Amino acid sequence: MAVLPMKRIAVCGMKKDRKAVLELIQRSQAVEIDTAGPGEAYQDVFSQTDVSASSQIFQKNAAAATKALEILNSAAPEKTSLFSFLEGRQAVSVEEYEKRVAKRDSIMKDVNEILRLDKELQEAKADIPRIETQIEALGPWMDLDVPLSFKGTKRTAAFIGTFPEEITEESVLLRLAELIPEVDKLDVNLIRSTPEISSVMIICMKDDADALDNALRHMNFSRPPVSDEVPSKQKDLYNGEISAALKRMDETREELVTYAEKREDIKFAVDYFNMRADKYQVLGSLTQSRRTFLLKGYVPEEVSAAIEAELTSKYDVCVEISDPAENDNVPVLLRNNAFSSPVEGVIESYSMPGKGEIDPTMPVACFYYFMFGMMLSDFAYGALMAIATFVLIKKFKNMEPGMKKTMTMFCYCGLGTMLSGVLFGSYFGDAPAVIAKTFFGKDLKIWCWIDPLNESMKMLVLSFAIGLIHLFTGLILNCYGAIKAKQYKDAVYDSIFWIMLVGGLILYGLTTDVVTGMLGLSTIMSGFGIFGAVCAVIASVGIILTGGRESKNWFKRTLKGAYALYGVTGYLSDILSYSRLLALGLATSVISSVFNSMGSMVAGTPVVGVLFFIIVFLIGHALNLAINALGAYVHTNRLQFVEFFGKFYNGGGKKFQPFAVNTKYFKFKEEN
Amino acid sequence: MGLALALLGAASAALFAGIGSAIGTGRGGQAAAGVVTEDPSQFSRVLILQLLPGTQGIYGLLIAFIALGKIGLMGGAPQTDMSVGTGLQYLAACLPMAFVGLVSAMQQAKASVASIGLVAKRPDQFGKSMIFPAMVETYAILALLISILAINGIG
Repeated sequence: MAVLPMKRIAVCGMKKDRKAVLELIQRSQAVEIDTAGPGEAYQDVFSQTDVSASSQIFQKNAAAATKALEILNSAAPEKTSLFSFLEGRQAVSVEEYEKRVAKRDSIMKDVNEILRLDKELQEAKADIPRIETQIEALGPWMDLDVPLSFKGTKRTAAFIGTFPEEITEESVLLRLAELIPEVDKLDVNLIRSTPEISSVMIICMKDDADALDNALRHMNFSRPPVSDEVPSKQKDLYNGEISAALKRMDETREELVTYAEKREDIKFAVDYFNMRADKYQVLGSLTQSRRTFLLKGYVPEEVSAAIEAELTSKYDVCVEISDPAENDNVPVLLRNNAFSSPVEGVIESYSMPGKGEIDPTMPVACFYYFMFGMMLSDFAYGALMAIATFVLIKKFKNMEPGMKKTMTMFCYCGLGTMLSGVLFGSYFGDAPAVIAKTFFGKDLKIWCWIDPLNESMKMLVLSFAIGLIHLFTGLILNCYGAIKAKQYKDAVYDSIFWIMLVGGLILYGLTTDVVTGMLGLSTIMSGFGIFGAVCAVIASVGIILTGGRESKNWFKRTLKGAYALYGVTGYLSDILSYSRLLALGLATSVISSVFNSMGSMVAGTPVVGVLFFIIVFLIGHALNLAINALGAYVHTNRLQFVEFFGKFYNGGGKKFQPFAVNTKYFKFKEEN
Repeated sequence: MGLALALLGAASAALFAGIGSAIGTGRGGQAAAGVVTEDPSQFSRVLILQLLPGTQGIYGLLIAFIALGKIGLMGGAPQTDMSVGTGLQYLAACLPMAFVGLVSAMQQAKASVASIGLVAKRPDQFGKSMIFPAMVETYAILALLISILAINGIG
């Protein structure tokens, strides 16, 4: 249960050792490198090298390989099992690594080939709608038996074009007669006429061509796109082009599929180039003079000595390990035992501990498994969860650490669920009793501590009690944190007063008939009540006096203090919030009972009754488990994040991210 | 008549809470599908967020089952001679779940949709994104609690 202490590390060495030192640090995976520059004062001696050019090449290659991989995956999807996400990265030996690095150029050639094929594919794809529009444009001309580019014969001129309205041959002739009465030898062939567009061919003598042209311009006559083929033939040509494009697409796709066997190589290229790009970026962030370089960063205290020894023994470098300065934003690394470390992911999804804060992992873990258990509260569901996650952890040994933590967390949550299943007598709901009654005609009574459905008041009090313990643990942790930071006054004002106030009020409440009658408890001795009331009064006076202690003005201070005391209503809602332990637990057990009784509805019929029961049982419980496990997960998180963390934990720390090999597909084994 | 009123209560718990959840998960699903078109790897996260407003329907179902069980409509002899007063008691006991279920599911859907947007932009903030819709659900849980206690308290 701890935030690992961090040290600052500074390494100064000769420039020739630069890459080797970086590689050693990258392999050790224990140093987070500070990328801050040399600072104004040393600008004339030190500078940062500009490596963006080389880094960019690697990034470009990595991006190309990633794109190629995407193309490949959509053209020839990789066959993966349902559980492939558990498998983790594949390990690659040093020889294999070297072999693949050696052929990186040919891999990149493949990558570029895949990109080119994809481009071709996209072009072919884009061609089809273009050709289709052209075919559509030919529509009005299908009945024309000369090419659209037809200009006329030796003596005549032909005008082929459209009017944007519905026309008849007569209406065109009439209009033309108005405009150009002198031209009398005209032949109007209406090809097709619709309300939107009408296509016509008008023929006149060559000498009248100019006059007609002028007249037509006044009539909104427009010429179609020219083509040298008869329209119906042209359409066949276009159709030919479409099928050619389709064929080309098929061929390109087939060719792409042949690259599927290179998939592993391309994945390797993605990892390799990303790795190189990372390294160059760090290289660029180093502070360098003409012959030396300076590297600064953070290292966990426990490995700092080992790193120092390794660096100084191998290279001519000077290593300095020091305590972080007061205002440094030190990265946070958590270290916990096997019991609590699985919930580190939950802490991380909230926020890492801020400066000087304690690591809440251990207390969260204690409550997490238990509260999850209470909300799912079924022995059989818990057992299923625990066994399934355990088997998966054992089967996929190569699982990534983060995934393994989550799996372990659910395994422990399953154990918690089993525990509360026994306490509240739920095994697939009331399945044992239902089966015994419907199929064997016997009454089976299963032991339970509290029957949540029939003694819901008792169960509610239990939920509140657990909530109180949870909240008080939060307050005590707040107190502990303040004492650790040597802020003894804050410990008293912000934690102890509140524990006294809330605890005292509850103690007093338990002596009054109203409360005990409502909760179904027996009244405790009135002496405790007086003690509780005294505590509460002292604490509330204390809170009024200290709640606004940052204000200088006494009037303002008292008002703020009174407002702080009003915060006691928040505790009421916090405690009520724990009723979800009861509600969600009940939801699981009632719904499973419903499925059980639904299943036993036709139990009277032999064979069919049993079969029906089994089917309803399987489907119903699978559904119930899925929905309620989700609910339990969400609401356990909520109780931790809102009620528990609200009392003592702010977070805001930065996660420790060592300079390491960050790969996606492969794990590179270390040579030793 | 009493039995009919009690049945009306049980039915309205399942009915209104169910309507709320249907609307809620529907809205969540629209937003979630949009995110998945851009980034299919977010499927499991946005699915969880979509499902959050779905619990009200289950709570409503729960109340309906408890009430039906108590008035003997689920295996057992129906209390056909129930007085109007008792019937009204059941009806009243089911109302918190019915109405809070309906409204909280729709409001929770809004928070869920916003959280789905959050996850789409910052997948690492999934833990926090779950909390916003879960806040709304508190009130559905409180209503559920009151309905359960009230039904159990009817003589």
